[in-house]
Amino acid sequence: MKVLVPVKRVIDYNVKARVKPDQSGVDLNNVKMSMNPFDEIAVEEAIRLKEAGTVTEIVAVSIGVQQCQETIRNALAMGADRGILVKTDQPTEPLAVAKILKVLVEQESPEMVILGKQAIDDDCNQTGQMLAALLGWPQGTFASEVKPADGKVQVTREIDGGLQTVELAMPAIVTTDLRLNEPRYASLPNIMKAKKKPIDEKTPEELGVDIAPRLTTLKVVEPAKREAGVKVESVAELVDKLRNEAGVI
Amino acid sequence: MAVLVIAEHDNAELNSATLAVVTAAGQVGGDVDVLVAGQGCGAVAEQAAKVAGVAKVRVADAAHYANRLAEPMAALIASLAPNYDAVLAVANTNGKNFMPRAAALLDVSQISDIVAVEAADTFVRPIYAGNAMATVQSTDKVKIITVRTTTFAKAEAEGGSAATEPVDAVDDPGLSSFVGEELSKSERPELTAARVVISGGRGMQNGENFEMLNKVADLLGAAVGASRAAVDAGYVPNDYQVGQTGKVVAPELYIAVGISGAIQHLAGMKDSKVIVAINKDEEAPIFQVADYGLVADLFKAVPELEEALAKLPKN
Ligand SMILES: Cc1cc2nc3c(=O)[nH]c(=O)nc-3n(C[C@H](O)[C@H](O)[C@H](O)COP(=O)(O)OP(=O)(O)OC[C@H]3O[C@@H](n4cnc5c(N)ncnc54)[C@H](O)[C@@H]3O)c2cc1C
Ligand SMILES: Nc1ncnc2c1ncn2[C@@H]1O[C@H](COP(=O)(O)O)[C@@H](O)[C@H]1O
Repeated sequence: MKVLVPVKRVIDYNVKARVKPDQSGVDLNNVKMSMNPFDEIAVEEAIRLKEAGTVTEIVAVSIGVQQCQETIRNALAMGADRGILVKTDQPTEPLAVAKILKVLVEQESPEMVILGKQAIDDDCNQTGQMLAALLGWPQGTFASEVKPADGKVQVTREIDGGLQTVELAMPAIVTTDLRLNEPRYASLPNIMKAKKKPIDEKTPEELGVDIAPRLTTLKVVEPAKREAGVKVESVAELVDKLRNEAGVI
Repeated sequence: MAVLVIAEHDNAELNSATLAVVTAAGQVGGDVDVLVAGQGCGAVAEQAAKVAGVAKVRVADAAHYANRLAEPMAALIASLAPNYDAVLAVANTNGKNFMPRAAALLDVSQISDIVAVEAADTFVRPIYAGNAMATVQSTDKVKIITVRTTTFAKAEAEGGSAATEPVDAVDDPGLSSFVGEELSKSERPELTAARVVISGGRGMQNGENFEMLNKVADLLGAAVGASRAAVDAGYVPNDYQVGQTGKVVAPELYIAVGISGAIQHLAGMKDSKVIVAINKDEEAPIFQVADYGLVADLFKAVPELEEALAKLPKN
């Protein structure tokens, strides 16, 4: 089966985001950008399914500015087979991304789309669920295990109380959680090979998708700062402060 | 105007996080209705009817809502939503699962994880692991919202007397089925609702050592949490994870033990009222958010803490 893996270019997870002084957003100038960590897990899962003989082709898709090509190259270096870049300079909300992915799914006919559960920039946690709705497919979100068998797929999900397992008809949407796998690093030879793998370029207009945002960002500000605290010298002092100063025990 | 709150429950009991969503819904404005979708969930409907500020409780009782799977839940919510200005649910793993699906069925955006209501169409939500707060205005006809319940006061569980009415179930899309569940059992309070949380990180070294935290937790009536590193290493189950991509907690007291304080961890606990950090590295970033920092070996400090707490006269 064919698998589609959407990969988003986001601020690197080690970088602390800084708010722009004019409150219009977060400053991404000269900031290290990487593949969304959950999407690395999604690519890895697709590769493992390919190595297990279940998957035949992996298509990595990214939607955004030209540099998203690098994110796709990353996925190709890990082991995806080809890429599709849907180029736009407009910011895209999850609903718009899901609509673009829906058209690509109709063109590519994959049997599974594996997405990250959450992009670590917008922290939305929506796109996979929205794509599933638009396609009328089932969804296995926050997956810590994915087992395709007999035209169905069992997905174990990380939920608030522990773990839940659901069985989904195929084709299906899966979104990844942290414990699904540990993504591999691309080896140097594979990075070289990835340079020759094809990346198709399209635009939302070509795909006939209206990506006009539904939300207007009025302002973006820094969160309230915590007052600097104190160091205590001993457990006795800590307990005393917690009881008599903070009054929390 | 009217708004719909999706009740969080286990078919027997209304989860108290729902009460915070009722408060958020009240701030959006208009009549607040509550949808209880489940199987054999009559008791939940009765509890919801007593919540102060609720106008009407709507009950969808059918086998395919038993486990609140996303496909049937979203279909049901999408069928009811056109009569409302906004639909709100808890931003937990249930709400995060079915609400975006419902939003897409309605061709509207979702506003995830709101921490404040500025106006009926304007909300504040954290982005970038809480390092920025965005105020967003929605132009959609119906607002689909998940609520970070730690930032809203809970509505009174008693005092209301809402009418209860059944709603027709929507056909099960039949795409998914429930296979099973492995739930962590604990006598301790639930992580997101606890007054005190004590969390362990990679510094704990293994799962057995979490027993030290359990003992302190029992003395304080606390819940036990963990960093991602502790969960990934298998010390504790996934539902212990506090952080950007785990649970968000805001207890009166949060004690971080052997946790360095990565951005992703801070995102889940920095709104706690009082933060204590125990770490042997005085440079650990956790100390930048801690009200009380103790630079010490946890294997010495935690047993001492347990002893000191055990001796403390009851308040
Ligand atoms: C996509 C993504 C999502 C993530 N989501 C989350 C999340 O939701 N929650 C989360 O927590 N993390 C999350 N992380 C991981 C995060 O980046 C950090 O890796 C993690 O929080 C580190 O956990 P830790 O502090 O336990 O471990 P470490 O960073 O290894 O810190 C261990 C600490 O223990 C101290 N220590 C060791 N031994 C002792 C001792 N004997 N006594 C006292 N102190 C001791 C050390 O000084 C050190 O500070 C995420 C990462 C990514 C990429
Ligand atoms: N612009 C994008 N390009 C490619 N994939 C995306 C994009 N936006 C979101 N996704 C996918 O959707 C997942 C969830 O994103 P979100 O709903 O924004 O939190 C991500 O982990 C990606 O797999």
